[in-house]
Amino acid sequence: MSVISRGFGGRGDNDDARIPPGQHETYDFPVLSAGPTPAVSREEWGLDVTDLDGAVTRWGWPDLMRAPSEEFTVDIHCVTTWSKLDTSWRGVRVRDVLGDLATEAEYALVRCYGGYTTNLPIGDLVDRDAWIAYEYEGDDLESAHGGPARLLVPHLYLWKSAKWINGIELHLDDEPGFWETLGYHEYGDPWLEQRYVGD
Amino acid sequence: MHEDNDHRVDGNAAAGILREVFASDVTTARVVCGHCTAGTSVAETKTYLAGPGSILRCPGCDAILARITKIRDTVWLDLSGSASWQIHTG
Amino acid sequence: MSATERAEGAAKTESSGPASRRGPIRWLPARLRAARMETRLARTLVLDVPGWSGHAPGQHVDVRLTAEDGYTAQRSYSVASPSAQDQVELTVQRVQGGEVSTYLTEIMLPGDQLEIRGPLGGWFQWTARIRGPVLLVGGGSGVVPLMAMLRERVRSDSSSPFRLIYSARTPDHIIYTSELHQMGQTHPDIQISRLYTRSGLPDDTREPGRLRIEDLPPPGNEITEGPSRVYVCGPTGFVEHAARLLVDRGYRSSDIRTERFGS
Repeated sequence: MSVISRGFGGRGDNDDARIPPGQHETYDFPVLSAGPTPAVSREEWGLDVTDLDGAVTRWGWPDLMRAPSEEFTVDIHCVTTWSKLDTSWRGVRVRDVLGDLATEAEYALVRCYGGYTTNLPIGDLVDRDAWIAYEYEGDDLESAHGGPARLLVPHLYLWKSAKWINGIELHLDDEPGFWETLGYHEYGDPWLEQRYVGD
Repeated sequence: MHEDNDHRVDGNAAAGILREVFASDVTTARVVCGHCTAGTSVAETKTYLAGPGSILRCPGCDAILARITKIRDTVWLDLSGSASWQIHTG
Repeated sequence: MSATERAEGAAKTESSGPASRRGPIRWLPARLRAARMETRLARTLVLDVPGWSGHAPGQHVDVRLTAEDGYTAQRSYSVASPSAQDQVELTVQRVQGGEVSTYLTEIMLPGDQLEIRGPLGGWFQWTARIRGPVLLVGGGSGVVPLMAMLRERVRSDSSSPFRLIYSARTPDHIIYTSELHQMGQTHPDIQISRLYTRSGLPDDTREPGRLRIEDLPPPGNEITEGPSRVYVCGPTGFVEHAARLLVDRGYRSSDIRTERFGS
């Protein structure tokens, strides 16, 4: 039996059809981190794509800039229960980064500066909307929000949209990442409220 | 890595979640880093709470000493980054 | 800092008393008995907590708010009062955009309820059994757990000399201003120093600015006065700056205890 704090607002806002169950809308952009913010310049930045055979293709910043980019506006949903609507970004589609490398793979393990990891089915990266994003609201992506570049997979909880991305490993088997090994859901669909293992 | 203070606190702030697991206060416990072997009190660890879980890092080398999440009514605890914990039971 | 010191052996603890209570920790309902504004931003909440069996000065509690719709939010706050049965005083400073601190400082009325659990933290605490001079260094609302220690010092039979260095933005941001003034006036062994980072009083000789090494007293003579204890509490940046200055001033890192509450 919990104690109600009279006058403590709670949330409201949940009648917007774009807000998944158990989420509430936020207007600022909370910064969640599990460690120090990595300071990586665009010059230093690199993204290693490791195929099933262990061969590595390295994307540097100029390679990313040469790839076709697009502006997009999406809603994002954090498992800590906030959602932010109509966020606008610029980035390169992950399918354009992976190219033919992804055809045989079933899963990806995403790696980041600072040591963070997260896992996704490869289909969510190449058949759905997923980007390597490097601009937010028209400006270079701040390091606090994952700059120089982060993964953005808006149809999954935001812990899958790894900040400070520096690697995508392709695998046949699913290998759980940083939060997935500690009780969070292996897939993380906000519309199914897949927060925790077993949801 | 640069030193930013945003959202970092220390192990004192993890006392509540740790107290859900341990029979007594462990912020006074001494934890030895599995990476750099430095020892510190749990209270003096670099602690990040603003996320899906609580992360305690070595103040010397930033390596993760402990990861803690609360999944419904279960606490998940990963201490694999630490070499040892000395918990006073006095 | 003590954080990286490599001394062998078990950690020092003050393990008797309320902090060492064992067994599962429970959320306790708490009801607001009274409240007072300390500054424009800081409010002291006097809470009735049936079943609360006391705490050590410096300890904190977790506070949980639950809304009608089931939404909950949880934060940690230092206890401001010395140990008491069934009652806890918190001083909360409103943080811009902070849903919990805004509720506690602006919305909660006497009779309203929340939940607390604790006392928490055996590291950052002082009890009258600890002998020797004590230096307290507080930044902003980091003064709150230090105030609990000062209040305990005043009401106990301790003769430990206490010195508080309190850094705040302006004189208007000083919490407990008249009580601190009175403590300094009536207790020869308690010295209160206020310093301001943005702007001070017209007759201040110190230029406003962040804590400087000359703001800190040198460590006492250990043979005649006993070992010094230092407690530092405040935003993370303040605490780390102060801890570095203290080591530069000659304090042993193992004598410095710190508590950071974010920026």
